[in-house]
Amino acid sequence: MNYKQQQQSLWWRFHIDWPLLLGLLALMGLSLVVLYSASGESMAMVQRQLIRFGVAFFAMLVLAQIPPDVYQRWAPLAYGVGLALLVAVLVMGEVGKGAQRWLNLGFVTFQPSEIMKLAVPLMVARYISAQPLPPRFKYVAIGVIIAMAPALLIAKQPDLGTCLLVACSGIFALFLAGMSWKLVGLAAALVSGFVPILWFFLMRDYQRQRVLTLLNPESDPLGAGYHIIQSKIAIGSGGFGGKGWLHGTQSQLDFLPERHTDFIFAVLAEEFGFIGVAAMFCLYLYVTGRGMFIAAQAQTAFGRLLAGCITLTFFVYVFVNVGMVSGLLPVVGVPLPLISYGGTSIVTLMAGFGILMSVHTHKRLYAQ
Amino acid sequence: MRRSVVSLTIVMVIVAILLGNLYYLQVKQFENYATRSNDNRIRVVPIAPPRGLIYDRNGVLLAENIPNFTLEIVPENTDNLEQLLDDLAELLELTPNDIERFQNQRKQIRRFNPVPLKSQLNEQQVALFSVNQHRFPGASIDASLSRYYPYGAALTHVLGYVARINTRDVERLEEQGIRANYAATRNIGKLGIERYYEDILHGQAGYQEVEVNNRGRVLRTMKVVPPIPGKDLHLNIDINLQLKAKQLLDGRRGSAVVLDPVDSGVLAMVSSPSYDPNLFVNGISSKDYSALLESPHRPLINRATQGVYPPASTIKPQLAVMGLELGLVTPQERIWDPGWFQIPNTERRFRDWKRWGHGWVDVYKAIEQSVDTYYYKLAYEAGINNIHQYMSEFGFGEYSGIDIHEESKANMPSREWKRQRHKEPWWQGDTISVGIGQGYWTSTPLQLTQATNILVNRGKRTQPKLLRAVDDGEHFEKLPPPDQEPIELNNPANWDVALKGMWGVTNKHNGTSWKAFEDTPYVVAGKSGTAQVFSLGEDEEYDADSLDERLRDNAMFVAYAPYDDPKLVTTVVLENAGGGSSNSAPVIRELFDYYFLGEDAGQSAGASEE
Repeated sequence: MNYKQQQQSLWWRFHIDWPLLLGLLALMGLSLVVLYSASGESMAMVQRQLIRFGVAFFAMLVLAQIPPDVYQRWAPLAYGVGLALLVAVLVMGEVGKGAQRWLNLGFVTFQPSEIMKLAVPLMVARYISAQPLPPRFKYVAIGVIIAMAPALLIAKQPDLGTCLLVACSGIFALFLAGMSWKLVGLAAALVSGFVPILWFFLMRDYQRQRVLTLLNPESDPLGAGYHIIQSKIAIGSGGFGGKGWLHGTQSQLDFLPERHTDFIFAVLAEEFGFIGVAAMFCLYLYVTGRGMFIAAQAQTAFGRLLAGCITLTFFVYVFVNVGMVSGLLPVVGVPLPLISYGGTSIVTLMAGFGILMSVHTHKRLYAQ
Repeated sequence: MRRSVVSLTIVMVIVAILLGNLYYLQVKQFENYATRSNDNRIRVVPIAPPRGLIYDRNGVLLAENIPNFTLEIVPENTDNLEQLLDDLAELLELTPNDIERFQNQRKQIRRFNPVPLKSQLNEQQVALFSVNQHRFPGASIDASLSRYYPYGAALTHVLGYVARINTRDVERLEEQGIRANYAATRNIGKLGIERYYEDILHGQAGYQEVEVNNRGRVLRTMKVVPPIPGKDLHLNIDINLQLKAKQLLDGRRGSAVVLDPVDSGVLAMVSSPSYDPNLFVNGISSKDYSALLESPHRPLINRATQGVYPPASTIKPQLAVMGLELGLVTPQERIWDPGWFQIPNTERRFRDWKRWGHGWVDVYKAIEQSVDTYYYKLAYEAGINNIHQYMSEFGFGEYSGIDIHEESKANMPSREWKRQRHKEPWWQGDTISVGIGQGYWTSTPLQLTQATNILVNRGKRTQPKLLRAVDDGEHFEKLPPPDQEPIELNNPANWDVALKGMWGVTNKHNGTSWKAFEDTPYVVAGKSGTAQVFSLGEDEEYDADSLDERLRDNAMFVAYAPYDDPKLVTTVVLENAGGGSSNSAPVIRELFDYYFLGEDAGQSAGASEE
């Protein structure tokens, strides 16, 4: 065994995929740098974020140790419990900011919808991989139901951002399993049919307002359009090279709302310009690419589907967040993954990457 | 495998779209957005409304707003912060503590915002700084208004105080949808009147639109919408009477309540010991706070409304009214008191406070001499259901409706209550002790005063209130006293029996308390009570060292004067002081002398107290 193999085996013993880890650490580093500026140079906030990263890293480490067949076995349980909790939160959850997402267990409050971000890919991947691939229409339909049931419950809370992510994760698994293009077309048609239902029955006033605002932000410069106008000014005025770290006037002078959470991308764009934005996209593309590579290398159909849909869902975060902050998509509450401040989302994301590493590093010897 | 490639391709396309849009915003449209960013300089700055003032019934100021000068620094606007701090420290004699607190606060405050260096500067320091201001770019003096209670501890349990808005307050404000109105407000009512009437006192926030430069410095004010000040409150409190009562209770544990029988306005309400509310306004130190919290005398409790004591004999007049009304006794009927009472066919003897008995007793004598045996028999014959019903009408076991949140209902026991609370049925013996205001029956000094007040008003019931009028500068709105349904007796003459009995207590030579009110030029009626000890609050722990003192009886006295045309109804409760006639009655005597005869007479009467 030469030196290089030995080193690799050490990483493998701890079930860590170091190229992926490198990309994640780079994103976290970027988060701390931008957060320091966005929080008005608050070291306390940076420290809290660092602690959260620590917790998330630990979750990743633990989940990476568990072999994929364990996930496969326990997927229905996780899915069932998650579904029960979602119903519970609708019945007795706590309302915050006009939405009902939190479940108070006495010692801790949490959002059951976070569990679903992992439970749905697990369940769909398990179900579809047990069928002959590519799946026939019937199995695809059942897969859609598995994904949409929790998504609808989450939409009812209402938490449109998470609903979107959960629904996507299920659909991705089906897509990766090779559902026919005809069905993809049909699904697209169904989704467009779903839009009116969403608009008239599931969305609340403030959400409709956000969509209307997107179409014409200038119509309401002091109300709902304010976020979008200000964040576009922040991004645009950043220019090619940016205004420099800690020197973004939009963010430093309080014009940018929620600048350390959902709108942190605008701070980055203002202070680091197009160059900074492009660099950030390189990091995200690198992580996404590595994830898809892991998916392609997976030994089992379950592992391949699971890894693929976790990775693609991660990218959906990026797409939706950047899209909304730069005024292409309506404002739904989706954070910029691993960079936005706070929330359970960081832990969920890293847990997902833990599962990804588990898929990659628990390979049966006979395969080699 | 192929699908992975397809997905990755779609990902690339999406990234291209996003980047394309960003390129458009940041490079093609750069000029446009850069201009708009530079124009983006109008800031809305909220202005806190001045809090309403609080006056007593004669227009004496009880809570005011005084200017509080704070030296502030915007670190980003200074040339050399270290040097500046050194110079200022020398000029204004700042302590290393001030500097350290400044450095700590600096980390928590956003850039380009002022960081307080020293608050509560005196006028001399303000003048000194103003003259030298040109030497200190970045430093300035902020004059904000800060609440001040000139009478300090004398009114703490009435006025309460304001203190920093905390996260719980923020949550409540958000729930009520008035968070924005508090954007510039630092303090909020936490206790007493300040808390109860927060909405009236606070006012409406204003704002100004200011233009800032690209470093956040204010260049000019574009528009000002002034705040609407909070409304002023005028209380029923008579500050002179309040101070007198406070002085009489100094150094003791107890409380005094004085009501105006005409409208049930609270003329004075004292709980002793008290504490200085001004400590809380600018943030109390944890040392001071824990001292208050851990004091065995429990100064934080408002004994007048939260102190829970057995009413003892003070409620005998009300029980007499009940007995007469139910026809269990008549004014003429007499019973023989051998010094004890026995429930028929049982062994246990309930003893009178006078071991050898009072002999023949009618209803007047039963009140005048506080004959326990008479009331044992009365309670036995009436039963707990009747007692509960009648005494609830006198306000026992109910909130009085006073306008502060710190109030206890105390306990008027009933069969249901005992079943729920103690999982036991009501025994006949329980009723007997209730007949002399002991046992499960507890009350607050305010409830006792109100019960007497209802008696004095012959059943007319008006909720006791601290607030007399609200003044918004244009209208002086006097509040009508909130009347409740009166107590209607079948025979209104029964009121006179009870009132005449109370007259006998303080005027007949065999009344229990005639000595305390000897030779008053006005006529007093009252009733004493000596409660076997019961600690304050239901969950108080006994401290072994102070046990002896705390086992002594509570001294209670209720009284009103003048007898024919009542102006004051009063209760004084002194914890562990002994008998009510010998301890609490002299306090009321001094209070009455002060009110009816003036300061000098009050003092001469005080000299004869011992």
